[in-house]
Amino acid sequence: MNNINFLKPDKSNLNLFLILGLSLVFISIFDVFLSSFFKINATGFLPTSISFLLPLIIGFIGLHFIRIEYSGIRRLDEINKNFNNNNFNAVLSLLIIFIIIKSIPPVLSWTVIDANISGNSKEACTGDGACWTYIKVWLRRFIYGLYPNEEQWRINLSFISLLALGSVGYFATEKFKKYLTLYYVVIYPIIAFLFIFFFISGGPVFFDFSYGIIASVVAIIIGFFVPNKFKLYYFCFVPLAVYLSLNLFILPEEYVELGKLEGLNWVETGAWGGLALTFIVSFFCLIFCFPVGMALALGRRSELPFIKYTSVVFIEFWRGVPLITVLFMSSVMFPMFLPEDFFLDKLVRVIIAISLFEAAYVAEVIRGGLQALPRGQYDAAKSLGMGYWKMHIFVILPQALKLVIPGIANTFLALVKDTPLILVVGLLEIAGMLQMAKTNPKWLGYSMEGYVFAAVVFWIICYAMSKYSYNLEEKYKTER
Amino acid sequence: MENRGIDFGYGFLSQESSFDVQFSLIEYDGSHSYFRAYLVGLLNTILVSVIGIILATIIGVIVGIARLSSNYLIKNTAAFYVEFFRNIPLLLQIFFWYFAALRALPLPQDTESIMGVFYLTIKGLFIPAFIWENFNIFLYSIIAAVVSIVVIKNYAKRKRENEGKQIPVFLISIGLLFILPLLSFLIGGVSLSFEIPVLKKLAKTSYIYEGGVGIPPELIALTLALSLYTATFIAECVRAGIQGVGKGQKEAAASIGLNPNQILKLVVMPQALRIIIPPTTNQYLNLTKNSSLAAAIAYPDLVLVFAGTALMQTGKAIEIVSITMLTYLSLSLSISVLMNWYNKKIAIKEK
Repeated sequence: MNNINFLKPDKSNLNLFLILGLSLVFISIFDVFLSSFFKINATGFLPTSISFLLPLIIGFIGLHFIRIEYSGIRRLDEINKNFNNNNFNAVLSLLIIFIIIKSIPPVLSWTVIDANISGNSKEACTGDGACWTYIKVWLRRFIYGLYPNEEQWRINLSFISLLALGSVGYFATEKFKKYLTLYYVVIYPIIAFLFIFFFISGGPVFFDFSYGIIASVVAIIIGFFVPNKFKLYYFCFVPLAVYLSLNLFILPEEYVELGKLEGLNWVETGAWGGLALTFIVSFFCLIFCFPVGMALALGRRSELPFIKYTSVVFIEFWRGVPLITVLFMSSVMFPMFLPEDFFLDKLVRVIIAISLFEAAYVAEVIRGGLQALPRGQYDAAKSLGMGYWKMHIFVILPQALKLVIPGIANTFLALVKDTPLILVVGLLEIAGMLQMAKTNPKWLGYSMEGYVFAAVVFWIICYAMSKYSYNLEEKYKTER
Repeated sequence: MENRGIDFGYGFLSQESSFDVQFSLIEYDGSHSYFRAYLVGLLNTILVSVIGIILATIIGVIVGIARLSSNYLIKNTAAFYVEFFRNIPLLLQIFFWYFAALRALPLPQDTESIMGVFYLTIKGLFIPAFIWENFNIFLYSIIAAVVSIVVIKNYAKRKRENEGKQIPVFLISIGLLFILPLLSFLIGGVSLSFEIPVLKKLAKTSYIYEGGVGIPPELIALTLALSLYTATFIAECVRAGIQGVGKGQKEAAASIGLNPNQILKLVVMPQALRIIIPPTTNQYLNLTKNSSLAAAIAYPDLVLVFAGTALMQTGKAIEIVSITMLTYLSLSLSISVLMNWYNKKIAIKEK
């Protein structure tokens, strides 16, 4: 036990240093624990600044004592390696531990101990903590917006059936697997659209469009049975013909209330809101922005100068302006260019605006994937006699898209996080509902609870999305 | 458009605007023109973007390096920060800071000062104002310092390449940056005094601080939210950049006897910057564009002043929205040109 060097702890006096160091560290943490949980200031007799810094100093000395290399005790070595490998890291570790201990009591008391959840009015909130009653009372509004209470089963039913239809892919047998892409890209969006069109709206939301949509759906379905030779001509003329005939002969003006199902009340899009609207907007924007972005990405790499420069200008324009001005444009400027009797719902305009905006970002991501593919892939596909479309659909795009899954997931996440912005044009999804609830004279002063609630909801959605994209990336990873 | 009775033209820009703006960097009131209002909005947008970019870069670099720390606690705290702030919409974060966090601050009359001169109140942060005498001489001294630093740096580089001698450029630069402005104080007749904000009674229960500089809570909330949000993305770029430098590079650098600081400065960072700069440029662009969310909390930026108030007053939707979009487009383009120039400068020069 002779010549103990306190400045340089070593292995020969291991036990002494260990006991000394651990007890000092324990004292410092215990002091912080006491002062934060029980409000006892054990070092109160000292001057304020010293008593404030004392745990840090004591803990630092303690950590210095136990910093012994190759001590032979596995756990001690691990601690030293991970928390305590030099003075700087020791101080930072201590600070982080102290901050965690210090922040537990206020957070706990605000969210749980002093919080209220019972009751139905503001009077129930007596504690100092959060007033979850506010969230409880307003929950329906936060989820469904101003949608009438007795009609909300329509939203529930639509979303549940859409979820069920969306999960078909997991149960598909080998035989139907090859149709899945077609299903998810074409049929499923149409079903979703019909649900929202007929069921959630229950009224003439999009009716200026409905002929066009019905015409294109009918034409595409028939189009699958048309021989390849005539397909181009078919798709050039038939949808237009169907549209015109529907418009002029079969369904005249009186039938304009096409969107009405018997017995369902019409709920205007102005009344939609809350989380449901967030989902609707994100869903359609995701669906629309992907094909548009893909077309733009191919267009940017096209050899025809007109297509190439149009795509470049389009992409750079949308990427250069903020979404908020795009939304302003869609709501203030765009209607001026429409013919006078042409009606386009605000929600539809917003969805189109966001889709075009995000499509530009998707295009750049996909272009990255296209550029990353070696030339050999193109040459090989061409040498097999594939044309432009065949080459891209069967060889290039599957590989390129696989490469850019993380980028696309990021863009989609950005899209979901951008949806609250639609409140600037008066569509009240969840952030908008919060702003509305906040100004309700009966419930003044609970904005914090509202934001925490919305933040948790969005965090869960976005975090789940990012983890899912990570899984997808792992699943489609191919060795190169 | 004719049959809607809309006349198209930019003549309104020179008309009197007759609305007031809360916070302005240049002199402005209702008697000025719409063009002046546009300038006010533009300057406010640039102000918030520049502060946001600087703060976000500092936080982002620190967090990005912290994510690669060998300390388990630091690594996970940084990861927690990134995952937490990245997955919450920016608009909600701005609302949170503005409507919840900053509203919890005390009223001006109840505020205790920080170090006797700063007052953080519900009406904003009040800091002392600088009152300069002969400010231009001070400015010249700083310019002279910067110019001489550049000259010395070039000289040191030539010296190193020709004769292999190292000159402590960093120490000399810091010395110059201190000494030249100090000389301007001592000989140049520059003097600096502070105007400390004082509490003033406006009405029976309404107080405000006068004198000094008042930073409005909108600006604080916006910069906080923007920089904390964007810093998460920059942190990821920095992490990816440092991880992208091969392990062999570090080992090779260590084997020729460089110390850890030199390895980071001379070997890792120059290579990592090439990976970091392009995505970080994107983040700067995003921050500038996201600063338009200011309109949601009534910070008088370009969107609120021009595309909001001015549009409501004049009804010139097409002109105003197009001007706003073009302005943002040119802001974005100028940032990307600047960063591309920097990127080209640090790129590998292949011969």
